[in-house]
Amino acid sequence: MLKDQDRIFKNLYNDLGSDLTSAQKRGDWINTKEITNKGRDWIINEMKDSQLRGRGGAGFPTGLKWSFAPKEVGSRSHYLVINGDESEPGTCKDRDILRFEPHKLIEGCLIASYAIQAHVCYIYIRGEYFVDGQKLQAAIDEAYEKKLIGKNAAGTGWDLDIYIHYGAGAYICGEETALLESIEGNKGQPRLKPPFPALIGLYGCPTIINNVETIAVVPTILRRGGKWFASLGREKNTGTKIFCISGNVNNPCNVEEEMNIPLKELIEVHAGGVIGGWDNLQAVIPGGSSMPLIPKEKCETLTMDFDSLVAEKSGLGTAGVVVINKDQDIIKCMARIARFYKHESCGQCTPCREGSGWMWRMLERMAKGEASKDEIEMLGDVTKQIEGHTICAFGEGSSWPVQGLLRHFKDEIKKRNNFDPIVKETQNIPYLVDQHLLDKNA
Amino acid sequence: MSLKRPAKDQPKNFEFNSSSLEAANKIISKYPKGKQQSAVMALLYIAQKQNNNWIPLVAMKYIAKLLDMPYIKVYEVATFYSMYNLSPVGKYFIQVCTTTPCMIRGAGKLVEACKEKISENESELLPDKNCSWMEVECLGACVTAPMMQINDDYYEDLDKEKTLEILDKVLKDESPKPGSYRGRVNNEPENGRKTLMELKNA
Repeated sequence: MLKDQDRIFKNLYNDLGSDLTSAQKRGDWINTKEITNKGRDWIINEMKDSQLRGRGGAGFPTGLKWSFAPKEVGSRSHYLVINGDESEPGTCKDRDILRFEPHKLIEGCLIASYAIQAHVCYIYIRGEYFVDGQKLQAAIDEAYEKKLIGKNAAGTGWDLDIYIHYGAGAYICGEETALLESIEGNKGQPRLKPPFPALIGLYGCPTIINNVETIAVVPTILRRGGKWFASLGREKNTGTKIFCISGNVNNPCNVEEEMNIPLKELIEVHAGGVIGGWDNLQAVIPGGSSMPLIPKEKCETLTMDFDSLVAEKSGLGTAGVVVINKDQDIIKCMARIARFYKHESCGQCTPCREGSGWMWRMLERMAKGEASKDEIEMLGDVTKQIEGHTICAFGEGSSWPVQGLLRHFKDEIKKRNNFDPIVKETQNIPYLVDQHLLDKNA
Repeated sequence: MSLKRPAKDQPKNFEFNSSSLEAANKIISKYPKGKQQSAVMALLYIAQKQNNNWIPLVAMKYIAKLLDMPYIKVYEVATFYSMYNLSPVGKYFIQVCTTTPCMIRGAGKLVEACKEKISENESELLPDKNCSWMEVECLGACVTAPMMQINDDYYEDLDKEKTLEILDKVLKDESPKPGSYRGRVNNEPENGRKTLMELKNA
């Protein structure tokens, strides 16, 4: 288990209070000036040395992302945008940072803004977190009052204004370009990339977008050194991470742990074990709803980091661990996730808008046993038609969980569904596959 | 995608009262000059707060004028985001999360409770009751599932009995206390906490 002195979020459970004085006692805002005095290159290099990967789901190296910001500020000013639109089912870590560790986030904003030369920072918080947003706003007001942000913020000579922008209940706004559209006052529909936001982002200006947790760990990394952070976890999967363990466990909780921690340890030690015992475990969704589930056999030895989960054809995502035990109907669980994606699709790309509804309706029927066996292949085919054919990663996010179900629980679906096929097959051509591609191979 | 329809009965006039207008101007000042359209989401929310939890079409027209943007752009935003109510939902708007993490911990029981206490159907405003309920997608409190939101507040760690109690209070126009209803502190494990022990005992 990670030692307490290596935990970054000491106030994760609000034992100590979230106000400025308490935060300073924990080491926030001490000598921020000394960090910025070491210069932009030092900060970015230290971030690269720490091998910190973005905590919002995609796991992009943070130091590298910052280095994409133009070195010289031209006619267009730079922006820092913080993504706090936490809506991935199974994830509730950013909320605790907003309400209990707001000063880590605000200090992180100052350092990051300095590194990418931004004078304005927008923190995008999902609208439902209004009360938690108010707590962050109180912390921002306190920081302005103590001159930690504003003109010559914290004596660094850098001017920074931080504003909160509330969302209004759209999962898709967690996608970085949809989030920018939303701040600009439009529908949250993702933009095509390139151009990437680092060059053309908010209001057409260079913009760096980071997750709340990513920015909140920055001050601690720079104080204790990139090498310290890199010494935790393993190569390319370094540092600590807040895991949210929910679902059928005895003590669902948020806990900060070292990367590469065994899944079994997370569940057994921190979350008090699976309800009904380890043998009652059916499957685990390891990183929020868009990551494919992992069946029990593999949970035994699985370790939680970006690369080891990719090796299991899943992903760490946001580290929202949803434990599903054998009392649940796994097909129904996935059908509900499919309904979530059907509801949240922004409607811009046809494969996603239509396909997410198809997947949901098929899964609902399959949960009731009202499908034929050939439809199982058809469902797999639909997921393949969505994946990779949309502007943003929502297509993958909605089809991967269904693919995960088909990969590991196909027998379960087959057992339950015995309807006669509507179309009797004469030739083995997968439904919906592009015919011209088959012809080319023939 | 979800469908949203504006209410049939629409008021004729709408304008911000002085405190709403003050809040609106403060928000507009957060954004660069000429980018006042960015404030549309916040202004819609203010309008919703002022107008008993829903946004009439005249309010969208008013906001469009205030921000110097086309009415249809405001309408687009108001219909896209799920938190804007385009028809009356009552003084207390109850949203029950039923996405998978809540579902497998018994969100269905919360829905039952709402059906018993408020109305059989979702989004149905009964004349004698000042509230309505609906199922919503993940509200981001999965560790304290099942949960529901009443206006801005989260009610967490619920079961059917506790939900009924909360709804009773709401129907009597009392404000029940938000937070966990199993007495747990924030998102820590309820018993057998293994981390940050020194701080806990400090």
